[in-house]
Amino acid sequence: MRRIGVATACLALALIAGGCGAVTSSSGTADAPAANEKVSLSVWSKFSGRELGLLQKALDGFHVKHPNITVDNRGSQDDDKVAQAIRGGNPPDVAISFSTDNIGQFCSSGAWQDLKPYITRDKLDLNQLPAATRTYTEFKGARCAMPLLADVYGLYYNKAMFAKAGISTPPKTMSELFEYAKKLTVFNPDGSIKVAGFVPTIGFYSNHVQMWAANWGVQWKGQDGKSALGTDPQWQAMLEWAKKFTDFYGRDKLAKFTAGLGQEYSPDHAFEKGQIAMAMDGEYRTAFIAAEAPDLDYATAPFPVADNKPELYGGGYTTGTIIGVPKGAKNPGAAWELVKYLSTDTAALQGLAQGLKNVPSTVPALQDPTLQQDEHFKTFLEIFASPNLATNPASSNGGAYIKTAEDFATAYQGGSVPDLKAGLTKAAAQIDADAQLGG
Amino acid sequence: MTTKPQAARAARFVLAGWTRPRPGHWVRPLAFMAPALIGFAVFFAYPLGALVYYSFTRYDLLNTPVWVGLRNYAFLVAQDPLARKAAYNTVWLVVVITVLRLIFATGVAAVLARIRNGAGLFRTLIYLPALAPPVAATLVFTFLFNPGTGPVNTVLSWFGIQGPLWFSDPAWAKPGLTLLTLWVSGELIIILLAGMLDVPGELYEAAGLDGAGSLRRFWHITLPSIAPVLVFGVINSIILGLQYFTQAVVAASVASGSADIAGSQRVIGYPDNSTLTFPVWLYQQGFHYYNMGYASAMSIVLFAVSTVFTLLFVHRLRRGAHAEGMA
Repeated sequence: MRRIGVATACLALALIAGGCGAVTSSSGTADAPAANEKVSLSVWSKFSGRELGLLQKALDGFHVKHPNITVDNRGSQDDDKVAQAIRGGNPPDVAISFSTDNIGQFCSSGAWQDLKPYITRDKLDLNQLPAATRTYTEFKGARCAMPLLADVYGLYYNKAMFAKAGISTPPKTMSELFEYAKKLTVFNPDGSIKVAGFVPTIGFYSNHVQMWAANWGVQWKGQDGKSALGTDPQWQAMLEWAKKFTDFYGRDKLAKFTAGLGQEYSPDHAFEKGQIAMAMDGEYRTAFIAAEAPDLDYATAPFPVADNKPELYGGGYTTGTIIGVPKGAKNPGAAWELVKYLSTDTAALQGLAQGLKNVPSTVPALQDPTLQQDEHFKTFLEIFASPNLATNPASSNGGAYIKTAEDFATAYQGGSVPDLKAGLTKAAAQIDADAQLGG
Repeated sequence: MTTKPQAARAARFVLAGWTRPRPGHWVRPLAFMAPALIGFAVFFAYPLGALVYYSFTRYDLLNTPVWVGLRNYAFLVAQDPLARKAAYNTVWLVVVITVLRLIFATGVAAVLARIRNGAGLFRTLIYLPALAPPVAATLVFTFLFNPGTGPVNTVLSWFGIQGPLWFSDPAWAKPGLTLLTLWVSGELIIILLAGMLDVPGELYEAAGLDGAGSLRRFWHITLPSIAPVLVFGVINSIILGLQYFTQAVVAASVASGSADIAGSQRVIGYPDNSTLTFPVWLYQQGFHYYNMGYASAMSIVLFAVSTVFTLLFVHRLRRGAHAEGMA
């Protein structure tokens, strides 16, 4: 009789909380498992090989703190697979995504659970996260993710080429970048490009509109929530600069030059090969250079800013890896403990950052002597700590608006848009129409 | 009163020994057909029905679909310029690939059919590229046609020809994809070759005695004899063009310099959306922008177009076969 009673109670709890192991409190949060309660968590991420091993090390650290929680670490799982698992009702307890493009969808659809109740319950201080990283982990008031390491973008420049051209300091404004690029560019006798000072082609390597936008101080949305492409004059300034830069080289000449350069994530990367003197890139490039071109004489600096926005210098674009608890997770209480640990534990973040050569995503974790001693990498820690760190806004239709903006920018840069202002207005209208489709 | 046609029908049944079927006579054939029927229902009928339903909804893959009527179709027609661009690219590929693939495959098959020494070796060599996985074949092709470092433009320069930018030029990206498709059309070549080898030798002998040359024999004997195979080739090429996906995505990623993130929204369609095909845009909308209702509407349009083309050519095929039988 007693066994039947226990089973009935358990069944009742299961119906209420979704399982005997996940007790939901009145605050809408699932409690962390008791110290003597054995729980197994599954974590899905896109990490593989060496990087998956580094994540395992961090998870081992979590297991030391929570000996009752074991973690099944599964790599090579992208957003599509996680979404399928959520739809199928058998998601992982914790999901890690390499992209922030889908955060709007994750939050608005409830695919990833809102973590606010947990943050309130545990009095977690979100001020330890820079504002930009807070932005790319929430959408319309729902915080469904936490940042787990960040990518920060700055300027890489070839010191030997700078010295040869008589340039001693990195450019600080877009005009300086253009002038320096002219001095650093070397043409072949037939007029083709041998070394480019800077490749201004939008879409090439890290030259994407959302990354440049941070240094131009452009607005993506107006006060009314609609696209600001047609109303913010910075968009016009940015694209006119890019067009002028392209015309300096010649569109076809530049296209032939970039087509012959190595792939972005290969040892043939043009900056590593000395084929371009300056490039925008993420902090992770320092690790690529150390492994693939250790003799390269280079330095890093914040990326130049718009001439009319000198106050932005020192900041830059950031994006990063995010972590959350999918809808239907079997052990949400324990899952939150793991999310909290990986996204806010200083030692865990620093360990991962050192291994992956990414920027740790909390302000306290930036003070890592190992990361600080690398002059190349230190630049990105400083950019991350800058109040001018920026990111692009989340949307409920992934990166659709970025594609529209980038397609237009590419078309204008290629010379196929006669009226820039009218074209930007049309692109803005398209972005707003696309947003209506899913909303 | 019995009318004349009814009487004629009754007479035919009697002549054919027709008897009223026993009750339950359909159980056995149905049981034999069950695996195919279940497969059809589960993997075709249900998904197609679901697709039709989703095409009238706003559906983000995770929440319950919301009925929106014809809104997705209206958006497709009036508000999505990239869908129009993608449709244009797909139609371009369908037309050019179908025509050139047929000409190329027929020409190569005709040459192979005449080779006597080392025929096996040549057939193997011609078929070999078709065995390469599409991703690998596209990677190799884009590197061969790299305007800066690829051997194709280098060889062209030996003859004083300034090679185009190929996959980096919106005007040359689709022709580049067409060349890639021709390179891997070994399957169609082998099918056409089989059709040509099946043409009775006496026909050629008789035509030869009448003084017909090689070209006339090819035009008046070979082509009419392999007409059904050619119609199959047309249908096959149209469907290939309508479903063009992998090669377009990989070529765009490699040419843009971001090969590790194939399929990312940053690189699809490169350069200037010239390689953005209808299926690529459909996939992007459904799985990257979470507009599955809209993607379903796009799928329905693609399905309708494919069905119309297929029915048209199957009808043509049957008419051709019937005419052949009458002859």
